[in-house]
Amino acid sequence: MSVKDYIRERFFPHIWCAGCGHGTVLNSMLRAIEDLGISKNEIVITSGIGCSSRIAGYADFHTFHTLHGRALAFATGVKMSAPELNLIVPMGDGDALAIGGNHFIHAARRNIDITALVMNNRIYGMTGGQLSPLSGCGTKGTTAPYTNIDNSFDTVELSIAAGASFVARTTTYHVKQITDLIKQAILHEGFSVVEILSQCPTYFGRKNNLGSAVDMLESFKKNTTPVGSNAKEKKPALIERGIFVQEERPEYCSEYEKIIEKAMGAGH
Amino acid sequence: MNEDIRFVQGNEACVEGALYAGLEFFAGYPITPATEISEHLSRRLPQIGGKFLQMEDEIASMCAIIGASLTGHKVMTATSGPGFSLKQEALGYAIMAEIPCVIVNVQRGGPSTGNPTHVSQGDVNQARWGTHGDHAIITLTASNHQDVFAMTVEAFNMAEIYRTPVILLFDEAIGHMRERLVIPGKGELPVVERLRTALKLGVDYHPYLPREDGRLPMSDFGGIHRYNVTGLFHDMWGFPSDKPQLVHDLTRHLIDKIQNRVHKLARFKEYYMEDARTVLISYGSAARSALHLVEERRTRGERLGLLELQTLWPFPTGLVRGRCAMARRVIVVEMNMGQILREVQIAVEDPEKVFLANRIDGELIMPPDIKKVLRLVWGKGV
Amino acid sequence: MGKKQPKLREHIIEREWCKGCGICVHFCPKNVLELDEKEKAVVMRREDCICCMMCELRCPDFAIEVVVEN
Repeated sequence: MSVKDYIRERFFPHIWCAGCGHGTVLNSMLRAIEDLGISKNEIVITSGIGCSSRIAGYADFHTFHTLHGRALAFATGVKMSAPELNLIVPMGDGDALAIGGNHFIHAARRNIDITALVMNNRIYGMTGGQLSPLSGCGTKGTTAPYTNIDNSFDTVELSIAAGASFVARTTTYHVKQITDLIKQAILHEGFSVVEILSQCPTYFGRKNNLGSAVDMLESFKKNTTPVGSNAKEKKPALIERGIFVQEERPEYCSEYEKIIEKAMGAGH
Repeated sequence: MNEDIRFVQGNEACVEGALYAGLEFFAGYPITPATEISEHLSRRLPQIGGKFLQMEDEIASMCAIIGASLTGHKVMTATSGPGFSLKQEALGYAIMAEIPCVIVNVQRGGPSTGNPTHVSQGDVNQARWGTHGDHAIITLTASNHQDVFAMTVEAFNMAEIYRTPVILLFDEAIGHMRERLVIPGKGELPVVERLRTALKLGVDYHPYLPREDGRLPMSDFGGIHRYNVTGLFHDMWGFPSDKPQLVHDLTRHLIDKIQNRVHKLARFKEYYMEDARTVLISYGSAARSALHLVEERRTRGERLGLLELQTLWPFPTGLVRGRCAMARRVIVVEMNMGQILREVQIAVEDPEKVFLANRIDGELIMPPDIKKVLRLVWGKGV
Repeated sequence: MGKKQPKLREHIIEREWCKGCGICVHFCPKNVLELDEKEKAVVMRREDCICCMMCELRCPDFAIEVVVEN
């Protein structure tokens, strides 16, 4: 099989802008699924709204394009009612952590076996370049013309604090790592978060003078370092890549099976 | 066999009806006066291998049941006014994506946090128009626990037949009051199962292409047919499209599948209507007081009748017009400022003969409240 | 270790899908690719390709495929 066997070719070329990192995430995600050899029928891609959410339509699985911010809530219903399915939930930064912030932390808290991908391009692309909760202080967007004064979340720290049992980060420059992390995230039994720094050359790049898609990828290469590397000590501004948390903890659907056993045993 | 007789709250009657209809998945969030539905189901569902989820909020509960419906399960959520407001976005999604589900709203006083522990019927129009965009919806209600049970079963059946969310609009008085409920035996009430496509692997399945009878066979997530589900306008495979003809046709389909079946969807009860010259129209707990008054006045030979509506939406306009044709006066009895009154005024030939008997103070409307309006209408003074 | 160097059969480029972002061109370690006058990726130095696949893996548009001999 080739990666093209996993896409719905009739919808290509896709709607994303030239150089957008989201296509690369889709590409790497499909390779992860191909490597794992999971049947297409056992995967449900549940997405929200925004550039990121369009992944659902392009991938040849059961695809569920839902509401802005709510993908994890929909996915929770799918997973709980059919625990044998693999749930992958690609989300944008605004989708996952602004409007969807509550669903995000609670899905993590339950440790339900869902793979959440946060495609972080630090901007609302579909609506034309507004600041997001991951834009960071000092950046510009169409709704922050005088520079943004909003602090940003750290997706990794937030996920860890909320209870995700697998937390990782990489970038669209590090494509093999995306595939590797998504594979591990899918195999992990529990709530997994993979944050992928993705480039939006059209809005975030242009508004913040970051150059082309190529320049933005170069900066991902330059400004990131593997978790626990010496480089981070010397240069604390570097963003760490890799796995931050990978722990076996009680998974929600499995725990609920125990509740069912208890309830059935107790009778009426 | 001994009859299964219970003495229960209306909320529990709803739970029993849902389980009878085949409920397997419920997600909810605590809210007065609907919480008992969650409490009972958290105990009952795992006993039959079903799933109960208390979600982080009302929105998530609505989303979760839609997700669970797509794996082939019968699903429900329950709430009250403020939660019903929060569910409107995902309710619209279920309408657009044609996903069967049941939403219970045990009404309390509003707007906003309003009057949480008191009765109201203020969400009638919200049930109809609450979510954005042009659409149609089915909304059922009931005035006693036996009917709460029956209407809950009906709601699940209609959700499956028409691939649509169905709203059960109960109220605090019904939800919290205790009365007798006889659980019907298996098979006594019809239960409609999910219609699944019989298409085999390799045959192009169209999740959004209605059959000749208008029904759309479904395929469960995890099954052999992979398709797309979206809240965007979509083609017959579920893929987004904004082609004008497609947008037009899908809008018409979503509305016509319900509005063209008003007669078929109408559930109602009639009391002393044959020769009624004064017709009361009511629903929910208000209809209990209306019936009490009608029965009392009949003993004095006054020609009063009651039309109790159980289907509120689509509004049974033709039924109401027909039943009111011979009436000199029509009095709509409800606990709001006239949400069904307006529909009745539109339905009847002479809107001038339609009057409102209402109560909006959080107290149950009582027969004397209706009597006052009767006297005014009859020109007898208060 | 001891992995055999894959041998190139061909590069398949979907010109309709290529949006000319230049990621494949810039990050090719052997400078095999270029953008033509229509801003589409083209193979200029086929013989230099070491089949590292990075162009195919990074392409956001699924527009380039490196086919190797089995």
